[in-house]
Amino acid sequence: MMDKWTFGFTMLIVGMGGTIATLILFSLVMAGLKKVFPYKKGEDE
Amino acid sequence: MADAMLGGLWGLVAGVAAFHWSNAVMMIVGGVLLYLGIKKGFEPLLLVPIGFGCILVNIPLAGLMDKGGFLRTIYDFGVITELFPLFIFIGIGAMTDFGPVLENPYTFLLGAAGQFGIFLTLLLALALGFPYLDAVTIGIIGACDGPTVIYVASQYAPHLLGPVSVAAYSYMSLVPVLQPPIMKMLTSKKEREVVMKTGQKTVSKMTKLLFPIVITIIGGLIAPHGLPLLATIMLGNFMKESGAVARLTKTSENELANIVTLLLAICIGATMSGPTFVQPTTIIILALGLLAICLDTVCGVLFGKILYVVTRGKINPLIGAAGISAFPMSARVVQREGQKYNKRSFLLMHAMGANAGGQVGSVMAAAVMLSVLKGMGII
Repeated sequence: MMDKWTFGFTMLIVGMGGTIATLILFSLVMAGLKKVFPYKKGEDE
Repeated sequence: MADAMLGGLWGLVAGVAAFHWSNAVMMIVGGVLLYLGIKKGFEPLLLVPIGFGCILVNIPLAGLMDKGGFLRTIYDFGVITELFPLFIFIGIGAMTDFGPVLENPYTFLLGAAGQFGIFLTLLLALALGFPYLDAVTIGIIGACDGPTVIYVASQYAPHLLGPVSVAAYSYMSLVPVLQPPIMKMLTSKKEREVVMKTGQKTVSKMTKLLFPIVITIIGGLIAPHGLPLLATIMLGNFMKESGAVARLTKTSENELANIVTLLLAICIGATMSGPTFVQPTTIIILALGLLAICLDTVCGVLFGKILYVVTRGKINPLIGAAGISAFPMSARVVQREGQKYNKRSFLLMHAMGANAGGQVGSVMAAAVMLSVLKGMGII
């Protein structure tokens, strides 16, 4: 079993890093989708 | 005859005889939760059944949480199986409008920054000697999201379900008290007064419809172990945005959410039995939970300051505080604080974006955590 600091820093770096990276990816993908499917004035009516 | 009479009488006093001082303490705690819920309006939908469940489970010999007891039956059905938090997430997804975060996708990053408290608190819990999965469960209080906390706790540290749930829900309702001093401390007057422009609508219906599917697939591929959390909130949102299943959407955000909230909350209360809850570790857990949410706010605001610098003053750092999952309360706190420093500043829609980003961020943080744990062989 790994020591607690190895566990903790792995969770911090990989866990937080993974979360940030995933959300950056989400923001890029959604920005791309907005370009592919642009808002058309009046589509909400 | 005398024996029978004595036996019968004993049956009536046994409950009182078995009453422990810790049961009395927990009944008072239950009463406090009821007071906070009813009189102060702090998350009453949760604190009222939690408080009542807490009082019930501290009446000795009733067997409510014994095998076959009515609360145990509900607990085994919905909490141990993780069904209850997932059902609630369907309702939350059906109630949430992710439009503001889609208008400004950079607010996803604020949602990420708002999750730092989870991992920092995890480290601190480890330093204090908590076992790995207990430390993970304590850290997840920083997700500021009840169903996520319950999902993780019920699976990996069910003995902590009571304190972490009470901590998560209580501190969420204290966000209007906890966040403003931190926001003021970390920002300058000039930063607080920034007026952010409100842009035109830029999100099409198709984008809103594709959002939950895209997020589910990408998020699920990256963090498959957390897919149930992600998928259920996105299912609820997809039903809402499709407009094709209005009855299901309405049921999800009303009847389903309400029924499951009642059953889940009473089960959480039922885990708060005196002998198990009244421990020194409970106080430490409550303190760590508070720290987690404060650290989330600190990191969110600091990231907001980075964006302020990068955008040369276009972004008000206060919106960073909304990058937590206390939706929509945190956004309203940011709006109120922004108005306090500059009457011309209307931060609500930007803060709602950060808040919705925080909702996605907290779910992703939990999903990533679970997948990392799986990868390390811990679970």
